[in-house]
Amino acid sequence: MPISVAASDLTKRFPGVTAVNRLTFEVHAGEIFGLVGPDGAGKTTTLRMLAGVLSPDGGSATVAGADIAREPEAAKARLSYMPQRFGLYEDLTVAENIRFYADVFGVSRAERETRSRQLLDAAGMDPFTTRLAGKLSGGMKQKLGLVCALIHRPLVILLDEPTNGVDPVSRRDFWRILYSLLNEGIAILMSTSYLDEAERCHRVALLHQGQMLYCETPAGLKRRLHGAVVSVVGHEARRIRAALGGAAGVLNTLLVGDGVHLVVDDAARRIPELRAALQATGLAFDRLEEVEPTIEDLFVAATSEDRKP
Amino acid sequence: MRLHRLIAVIRKETIQIRRDLASLLITVTMPLLFMLAFGYGVRFDVKHIPVYVYDRAGNQQSQDFLKHFQASEYFRIVKAVDNYPALIQALDSGACRLAIVIPIDFSEQLGAGGPVAVQALVDATDNNTANISLSYSEAVVQSYNQRLRLDWSQRHGLSTVQSPLSVDIRTWFNENLESTANIVPGVIAIIMAVIGSFLTSLTVAREWERGTMEQLVSTPITPLELMIGKLVPYFVIGLVDTVLCAAVAIRWFEVPFRGQWTVLFLSCTLFLIVVLSLGYVISVVAKSQLAASQAALIATFLPAFLLSGFLYPVDQMPAATQIITYFVPARYFMTILRDVFLKGTSLPFLMDDLLALALFATILTILATRVFHKKLT
Repeated sequence: MPISVAASDLTKRFPGVTAVNRLTFEVHAGEIFGLVGPDGAGKTTTLRMLAGVLSPDGGSATVAGADIAREPEAAKARLSYMPQRFGLYEDLTVAENIRFYADVFGVSRAERETRSRQLLDAAGMDPFTTRLAGKLSGGMKQKLGLVCALIHRPLVILLDEPTNGVDPVSRRDFWRILYSLLNEGIAILMSTSYLDEAERCHRVALLHQGQMLYCETPAGLKRRLHGAVVSVVGHEARRIRAALGGAAGVLNTLLVGDGVHLVVDDAARRIPELRAALQATGLAFDRLEEVEPTIEDLFVAATSEDRKP
Repeated sequence: MRLHRLIAVIRKETIQIRRDLASLLITVTMPLLFMLAFGYGVRFDVKHIPVYVYDRAGNQQSQDFLKHFQASEYFRIVKAVDNYPALIQALDSGACRLAIVIPIDFSEQLGAGGPVAVQALVDATDNNTANISLSYSEAVVQSYNQRLRLDWSQRHGLSTVQSPLSVDIRTWFNENLESTANIVPGVIAIIMAVIGSFLTSLTVAREWERGTMEQLVSTPITPLELMIGKLVPYFVIGLVDTVLCAAVAIRWFEVPFRGQWTVLFLSCTLFLIVVLSLGYVISVVAKSQLAASQAALIATFLPAFLLSGFLYPVDQMPAATQIITYFVPARYFMTILRDVFLKGTSLPFLMDDLLALALFATILTILATRVFHKKLT
């Protein structure tokens, strides 16, 4: 398959921090590629460099065959970039926003009309063409962003956390449109901090502090996590972690919003042991059960493996 | 440059201006408001100065003398008092700006032919008004003297004695010496400066603030297309406002328009390009609407107001300030406006000022196209 995006040793430094450190990867036509990682991993910076709105400090990249440093305008004509923050005009209606982006890319009137009808239909936004973009819900806004991004049939689309804060129905529409594009040979590069979304990508790159930890299929990524994840929900998370961190079979611990995640070698065997140990300490907890691994669990596992000799 | 992208930006900006009540209000009501505020509010004419009198003589002759004051449109005798303290109090409280004291032996001294000292006390807090009231008082006294001399001559059988010298004054261009005629055309420059720089200073900064710029710079749009596209709607607004202001000046304030419309529009076009480009540059550099609008007001409105010759004639300014005014585009526009309205000066005589404006316009448009980069910093 032809290569749509190729980054080679791509590097960006900000004062005091290397935001993206020698990133190398390729995205093929017809592929959804996910950049996965926590805030500050370098996802947005990478997408901005590929979109041509930020200059790299090192390395190189081509987007749809155009070098982003030497011929940025050629690359920009063939790509679409949807920033994390809503980038359309809230004081323009849905149709006016679409028209603006179509005109900027030189899309003919006939092409614009058929294309936007088709995209708006797929997004379930037909009835809202005369509504101001600022009056749309979060999910609608993101779908409109996608419609505007696709109006000129780009070869590559770059999406920065496109489904952040989007309701489940809109998210489903969003993904349906993305999948329908793959037949057109479009390459999709998106960032996300949700694991369930990462799983919908063909391949994902796991980023941590500007560096790539892994680059493989979601299934392969999950296999990287040895063992299972046990979630303990309780108020005194730190004390729970202190009490259980050293227990037999516990490989890693991670503080999460509502408690602690423990990576254990064998969930079925360890859960009763952990429950008994926790009850013995007298610490209150609501639940103790096996859960699906999250991106953060993978991270803790991956980054602690790095530290092992 | 691609026309489709240029038109896309123009259309988008126009829709945004139309939907933004604040900018619409500014573009329509501000010129009218400024015209009325300056047309009525700023007057350098000093008329009807309030006067208190203390007529110690209190006879036919002293009253005759005071009538001369009363008859002039520059003075208005508010009150006659009969002691000094009342006079002092009136000056202190601001009830009058000028106090006239007529000596007790006014008629006797006049009869003796000796010089009579009439006292005038002036409130000089406002030195300009004080100066003018003094000159006017002297003029009134002069004319009174002349009449006395004439009476004396006639009574002594000397038929009409002419004064050896007389000045025959004709005022040109602003025949009635009304400051409105001087001020009102100048207001157009002030309005252009505000419309041009203040409104455009918001356009680029707004896109950075609202996050729309990040997506826009990822498209193939060029900086030149963006600049021209953003400025064209404001240029049209500026020209419409020019017509509006000119109409108010001519129809309402009855300022004469003796020049050519083409000269007016040529100079307006050049000055608009200057202020629009300046506002755009400020907007690009500032990246925040608040900082940009303040910088725009300081960079255009204040110089147009203070250093253009609008309020004070440039050749009356200190030498150092005069040098600064050469770098204030509004200075040239102000000259052209007044000449076009009042003098009817034709194009060749305004060439220097027009060329200066054209030079500023060229420099600032080049700067405006260079300053914008399609990158996040």
